[in-house]
Amino acid sequence: MTALIDSLRATGRPVLVPYVTGGVAENWMDHVHAAVDAGADAVEIGIPFSDPVIDGPVIQAASVRALERGTTPDTVLRDLASYRGSVPLVVMTYYNLVHRYGHSAFASRLAEVGVRGVVLADLPMEESAEWAEAADAAGVATVQIAAPSTPDDRLEEVCARSKGFVYAMGVMGVTGERAVLADSACAIARRVRAVTDKPVLVGVGVSTPENAAAVTEHADGVVIGAPVMRRIAEGGSVGELVGRFRSALG
Amino acid sequence: MTNVTMGPPSAKGYFGRFGGRFVPEPIVPACLELEAAFADAWADPGFRAELDAHLRHYAGRPSPVTECHNLGDLLGLRVLVKREDLNHTGSHKINNVLGQALLARRMGKRRIVAETGAGQHGVATATACALFGLECVVYMGEVDVARQRLNVFRMELLGATVVPVTSGSRTLKDAVNEALRHWVATVDDTHYCIGSVMGPHPYPWLVREFQRVIGDESRAQCAELLDGGVPTHVLACVGGGSNAAGIFAGFADTDAELIGVEAAGGAAIGSDLVGVVHGSKSMLLQDDAGQVLEAYSVSAGLDYPGIGPEHAHLADIGRAKYPSVTDDEVIEAVRVVSRTEGLIPALESAHAFAYLLREAGRSIPRGSTVLVNLSGRGDKDMEQISDLLAQRKETS
Ligand SMILES: Cc1ncc(COP(=O)(O)O)c(C=O)c1O
Repeated sequence: MTALIDSLRATGRPVLVPYVTGGVAENWMDHVHAAVDAGADAVEIGIPFSDPVIDGPVIQAASVRALERGTTPDTVLRDLASYRGSVPLVVMTYYNLVHRYGHSAFASRLAEVGVRGVVLADLPMEESAEWAEAADAAGVATVQIAAPSTPDDRLEEVCARSKGFVYAMGVMGVTGERAVLADSACAIARRVRAVTDKPVLVGVGVSTPENAAAVTEHADGVVIGAPVMRRIAEGGSVGELVGRFRSALG
Repeated sequence: MTNVTMGPPSAKGYFGRFGGRFVPEPIVPACLELEAAFADAWADPGFRAELDAHLRHYAGRPSPVTECHNLGDLLGLRVLVKREDLNHTGSHKINNVLGQALLARRMGKRRIVAETGAGQHGVATATACALFGLECVVYMGEVDVARQRLNVFRMELLGATVVPVTSGSRTLKDAVNEALRHWVATVDDTHYCIGSVMGPHPYPWLVREFQRVIGDESRAQCAELLDGGVPTHVLACVGGGSNAAGIFAGFADTDAELIGVEAAGGAAIGSDLVGVVHGSKSMLLQDDAGQVLEAYSVSAGLDYPGIGPEHAHLADIGRAKYPSVTDDEVIEAVRVVSRTEGLIPALESAHAFAYLLREAGRSIPRGSTVLVNLSGRGDKDMEQISDLLAQRKETS
């Protein structure tokens, strides 16, 4: 299997990564496939956690719906076995689920179902060494997060440790749509690019295709979470939404 | 039993296997800044003197230790009670909040965000913000807003904005989530004033140090009452564990048995499961998949599925133990302590007394000398307790 970083580098266009909360509905894998068919370059799969401290109302609500349906890390990973796309999958979740599962067991299970990277929202680099070792052994990339508040010296280390890509938080705040694109989104992308040649994907606060186009002047791509999950909550078409982002990004 | 000193955690914020800093990257720099600011302030005699002056002249410290002869006679023990109920705002929470507010001011922050369960930490925070001219936002679960209405009104009167939290179990755990979310977006000018010995490093350490005054005072007061001796047992209730950590800190290096009493519906240590939530690794109520469970307790302040990491460590090394008591035992303890001593304990504090009533003559042998931390007064709980007693009458 191609390493995550190589897949992202090979797209030859701005990278578009929609996010879908695993287990949010019976047919959630259909949303994943719709995103892929509409031009996603990778898909981020959320494994819902009871206490999602970096998520705003839209993704919180999706997590609650998924948990009420009895979703667990195992059910999400089991469903992923039916994935028929060719673009890479990345898992995003919170550390307690991984801790409870066991580092090696979780890492090998991810690899088994074809997941190539993982973002752990509440596992900063100081705490991630033990997990990263297990993930490395299983061939799963541990993505680190860079935030607007991350100072320069720390940013270098975050980027150095990050595998697959660097997740640049576009705004200081929880996931969710914003009325306007924050200046911080382009600023953090530029700062990350200045210290690494790994792909830089901006997530949080990239709300519209126009936002995405503006950010990718400075970044290699975007992660779109809340817009997708709102679309799902409203019963709309994920394919149509992702298609509009794809057109804007070229 | 090995006697220990409750000193600073490791460089990464660990007490043995527990603690650390498990937070999203955007707030890591603020935690690092706070760690440096606290270390600097705590080593600064000027800061210590200023905090001492506020504790003395504003909060009313030192709080006395009262020997409760009636209860002692009833149980065949000597019962000494540390009177944190007599502090300004009615609980031990003010000790921590005055420290953090001074620290926030020293760091140039002009806003404070806090979570609250029973409302005591929220009231204390709102009070310190009024005193120091800081803006104050308090997150409180909707369930707690309903059962602690009086404290909501007090916070508002003090000028704080109280935001009811409607997510999850709508209690303390969810209030912490919302306070953290708020902090991520406002961290530039806002200090998160956490209410217990939990959260990411340096909070468990910093809050324990601000509460250690309870233990230091008690140690000296006990020495006076006991001819230079120490009690055989030290009892405190445990939500996140700040009043317990404060009083334990004064006795960890003695032979006294340290006992933290949890609510049966929120017994993190009792669960025997290690987990990570709200910034630290500790013991945590969770299901097989690692989803955090909702705690259930009559007392809003103990309705929390976790426990401070230092307590997990003290349990781990066998220096302290953490039994639990049921809601029924707690209500009974409120009744007994009120009648026999004229002291109406907060529902939280009543957990420590409930354990004492149950274990006197059993695991706490007759003739023992027991120091109980009365962490707060029960005024805030009167409406709830009167409803509960009425219900009990109906069903009995
Ligand atoms: C009077 C009183 N005691 C105890 C607690 C529990 O907190 P901790 O375990 O941090 O002392 C509370 C919390 O609201 C409280 O109000």
